[in-house]
Amino acid sequence: MSSTTSTTTTTGTSRLDWGSPLVAGDVVLDERVAPRAPWSAVVAAGDVLTIVDVGGNQSADCLVFAAHDTSERYSVPDTLAWQGNAYVRQGTVLRSGLGNPLMTVVGNEVERQDTIGGACGKESNTLRYGHHTAFQHGCRENFLAEAARHGLGARDLVSNLNWFMNVPVEADGSLGIVDGISGPGKRVAVRAEIDVLVVVSNCPQVNNPCNAFDPSPLRMLVTRPRPSGEEVA
Amino acid sequence: MSPAPTTGRDTASVLAARADARAQEGLRSEWMPHVPARETPHPPAGVDPARLTWAETVAPGGYTHKVLARGTRLRLEDVTGDACAHVLVFSALEPWERLNVADTQKIPWQAYLGAGHPLLSGEGRVLATVVADTSGHHDAFCGTSSDAWVRARHGDPSPQGPTPSGRSLLTLAAAKHGLGPRDLAPSVSFFQGVRVEADGGFRWLGSAGPGASVDLLAELPLVVLVANVPHPLDPRPEYVVGPLRVHAWRERPTSPADQRFSASPELRRAYLNTLDHAEARGLA
Repeated sequence: MSSTTSTTTTTGTSRLDWGSPLVAGDVVLDERVAPRAPWSAVVAAGDVLTIVDVGGNQSADCLVFAAHDTSERYSVPDTLAWQGNAYVRQGTVLRSGLGNPLMTVVGNEVERQDTIGGACGKESNTLRYGHHTAFQHGCRENFLAEAARHGLGARDLVSNLNWFMNVPVEADGSLGIVDGISGPGKRVAVRAEIDVLVVVSNCPQVNNPCNAFDPSPLRMLVTRPRPSGEEVA
Repeated sequence: MSPAPTTGRDTASVLAARADARAQEGLRSEWMPHVPARETPHPPAGVDPARLTWAETVAPGGYTHKVLARGTRLRLEDVTGDACAHVLVFSALEPWERLNVADTQKIPWQAYLGAGHPLLSGEGRVLATVVADTSGHHDAFCGTSSDAWVRARHGDPSPQGPTPSGRSLLTLAAAKHGLGPRDLAPSVSFFQGVRVEADGGFRWLGSAGPGASVDLLAELPLVVLVANVPHPLDPRPEYVVGPLRVHAWRERPTSPADQRFSASPELRRAYLNTLDHAEARGLA
């Protein structure tokens, strides 16, 4: 089964590393997300989602909802206040607005992951770069389109995670998206604590370094751990 | 009829109960709305009380909410140094246009709220501007307290209990405007500050002391929700929060004549978008 085997290819000058699951288990989902595209899936409690930064420094904007009551959803402030730290790392518990654990970071190959920078959008791009960008693509468009497939809308979009994006906060409060600290094949693995709906926008932004100015693909792998003692094939 | 032996009050008949209720007129509380607003006991200096549209002191552990016209200036004041105002703002026209904390930090390239900082919606517009700030101790990272957090820290988080969570109060405030849990996005808080250390850890800044105030200018018609509860990272083991004084009066929204309109290219485009929207809707 090639899906769990790392393969490296090159397109143009970019190196692509499609990676493999970061944790052991049977692969129950293996999908490739094209550059600029949205993606979603329900991840069952106990299963682990590995996201592979195939081309390197590709922001995977991510929202998480409780699958059985989507009014309970990922909350940046609850996640950060609970852990007392502004960055997402190994061990971070992704919490809902009710303070409940939705997912836990169980594997991470990037020094720190972002959840402050939010999502790009056609409207906010006009503030950040100018009105000439209004017809470029944005994560908010991806989120709205993908959320609509699950009966969700604008009211359901909140501040999100940005896997593989780098947003430092400096001593004077200066904050911004700067050059990435990820690379081709780097991975993050998050375990579902309850059944969750994960909605991702493979960020289409081309005006800042969140995608190294060159949107690239992602690979999404869901693995199901075997009961202890059983070997994974 | 003689007064009831247990309460000392005569409420045995409808007429007696009505007289008892009406006799309460004129009683005062430390925390209450003042209606009409011009009768506030604490009129803001330099403001003609006749122009006030909102005057209230929010109880510790209480909440308030109001629909404000575009151009309204809202002053929040931390009387004792222990208030913490957890604020959500929505466009009163389309409430799915609401405070977007990520854009509010990212677009000005600044995580810490202070004078001149816009409260941005996700629609590329300014909902409100922080036009004055004598505190500087605020937070846009940690949001408000959930029931689970209060249970872990203090006990009963219920909104009418002894230690209400911010979330439970904002849920009620939202409900009074037809808004539900899906409408409760991350909030910002004023008067209890947090700073981010080099490793990302939060350092508690706390209060700037008694008497600090923050003025927000409504750049669009707004629904404003405020919960006055301890900041989630307040290190004091007790549930400590002080009264929050609120006043609002009519001014005018930010225009190109104001220096802050063009303080940065991002702000200029944000105000231009806001003005464009307001003019198209016949609001400007």
